[in-house]
Amino acid sequence: MTDRVAEGAWTPSELELERRLHRRRASRRSVLVALVSTVLFTVAAGWLVVGSPNWDAVQQSFFNLEIAADSFPRILEGLWLNLRVLFFATIAVAIVATLLAVMRSLRGPVWFPLRALATGYTDLFRGLPVLIVLYLVGFGIPGLDTTVRIPVAVLGTIAITLCYSAYVAEVLRAGMEAVHPSQRIAARSLGLGHGETLRIVVIPQALRKVVPALMNDFVSMQKDVGLISVLGAVDAVRSAQIVSQTTYNFTPYVVAGLMFVALSFPMIRLTDYVSARMAKREQIGGTV
Amino acid sequence: MSASSGASSAASPVLELRDVHKLFGDNHVLRGVDLTVAGHEVVVVIGASGSGKSTLMRTINLIERVDDGRILLSGDDITDPGVDVDKVRARIGVVFQHFNLFPHMRVIDNVTLAARRVHGVDADVARDRGIGLLEKFGLGEKIRDYPDRLSGGQQQRVAIVRAIMTDPELLLLDEITSALDPMLVGEVLDLVRDLKAQGSTILMATHEMSFARSVADRIVFMHGGRPLESGTPEQIFENPQRPETQEFLARIMHR
Ligand SMILES: Nc1ncnc2c1ncn2[C@@H]1O[C@H](COP(=O)(O)OP(=O)(O)OP(=O)(O)O)[C@@H](O)[C@H]1O
Ligand SMILES: [Mg+2]
Repeated sequence: MTDRVAEGAWTPSELELERRLHRRRASRRSVLVALVSTVLFTVAAGWLVVGSPNWDAVQQSFFNLEIAADSFPRILEGLWLNLRVLFFATIAVAIVATLLAVMRSLRGPVWFPLRALATGYTDLFRGLPVLIVLYLVGFGIPGLDTTVRIPVAVLGTIAITLCYSAYVAEVLRAGMEAVHPSQRIAARSLGLGHGETLRIVVIPQALRKVVPALMNDFVSMQKDVGLISVLGAVDAVRSAQIVSQTTYNFTPYVVAGLMFVALSFPMIRLTDYVSARMAKREQIGGTV
Repeated sequence: MSASSGASSAASPVLELRDVHKLFGDNHVLRGVDLTVAGHEVVVVIGASGSGKSTLMRTINLIERVDDGRILLSGDDITDPGVDVDKVRARIGVVFQHFNLFPHMRVIDNVTLAARRVHGVDADVARDRGIGLLEKFGLGEKIRDYPDRLSGGQQQRVAIVRAIMTDPELLLLDEITSALDPMLVGEVLDLVRDLKAQGSTILMATHEMSFARSVADRIVFMHGGRPLESGTPEQIFENPQRPETQEFLARIMHR
């Protein structure tokens, strides 16, 4: 055994080679089983749906390829609005949520008003349905001053930001509390001030801890930007609705739905990947 | 380098505690501590678990506020309410039992953080000095690693290097080896010996009696919330005067 190492080029032993072969065979078998069961399930499900008595009618009004192709460009154009709303809302949420989380983490009686304000805010907006916030902001703010016209997409962005800031602030706060207190003490002991300690030591570690949760919130926001259609903003959902009303067909909704799914898919996979990787790191980790 | 303010500092001891008290609720932990550490002196605090060694360190570092008495650092009253806490902390190097290093920063960034952010040292200068110190203490290969890739002993040595990076007037070491495997204790303690040889002023708490004995200029035995007995290692270990000291030493030696 020592000979193989001493020669400089270590080669796996018979035993190890056999183990690797076994592992490879086992994984090939699992893939095969998964493949067969997937195919069987798909065929069975397809047969049940297509074989049902009213399948033709349903196919006509939900899966009409012609209407799908016709409505596609229009809905895609609408989706562009959703994306822009998503972009600005994400930036706004990052800023507002961080402020809220920092406000809630302040200690000492002097900060009570700020802390109470932040707590009240998160409690309120985590409880309110997004739809209600959209109505209140979308129809309430323009009502304050009817001479100024704010685009509905902007109002929608504000409403989404208000809601998601509350969720994200809570996630961030949980992350900040999960950073071991001795990390703060170590930072303060070096002479770093309160703000620098938060910025350089606490928040970066908190963010790492909550990345999967944040990505989850982002995925959820990605589809909730579709709700701005209730304010009349011509986004993907609203465009689908317009086409649907002229053609008396539901296919455009399916098209819009698929677009949202396609949009969120990469993020969902990425979230899974990151969570798995972090779980692996945690197992190795730990200081001293 | 970090010469402190005032002409008084030349003559004053680096650290002076006068009748310091600390209470946690009804728990009167420090009951009138008087303690002096002169320049280049290594003072080791020993005492039973719960005798207030860590609390003592934390009051000096202003992590805990004293409930009475005064603490002077090179002659400056650091318990004065008007004092800039961050400035005081920047003058003291601290290493704790664990969780010292910032896990999201590389070794070199951990080591240079205070120099760059607190002392306003140019990033390149800080980096050179950090690399120099790390190499000197046998950590040259770990400069770009993250702390979780280091052994416990290596981590504590990095933490010590971080604490001495900015030439603190005083080094506080609180049981820096008690979370370590016996195998790793030696390498950390060797580093402390080097620091003593270079003339650092150190106040440390430890349960490593043989180390205390070999490195200390003076041993202070904490009991009942105050330094009950203090003296040279020979005086304390060979010829303790107080029965409490004798009992403590008898217990800890025969573990
Ligand atoms: N933050 C705190 N809040 C309340 N009580 C505390 C706090 N820190 C320490 N104490 C109490 O103060 C007393 C002294 O604790 P301290 O940690 O200073 O002891 P120690 O001498 O360092 O012990 P050890 O050798 O186990 O480290 C203990 O009774 C402890 O319960
Ligand atoms: Mg202690």
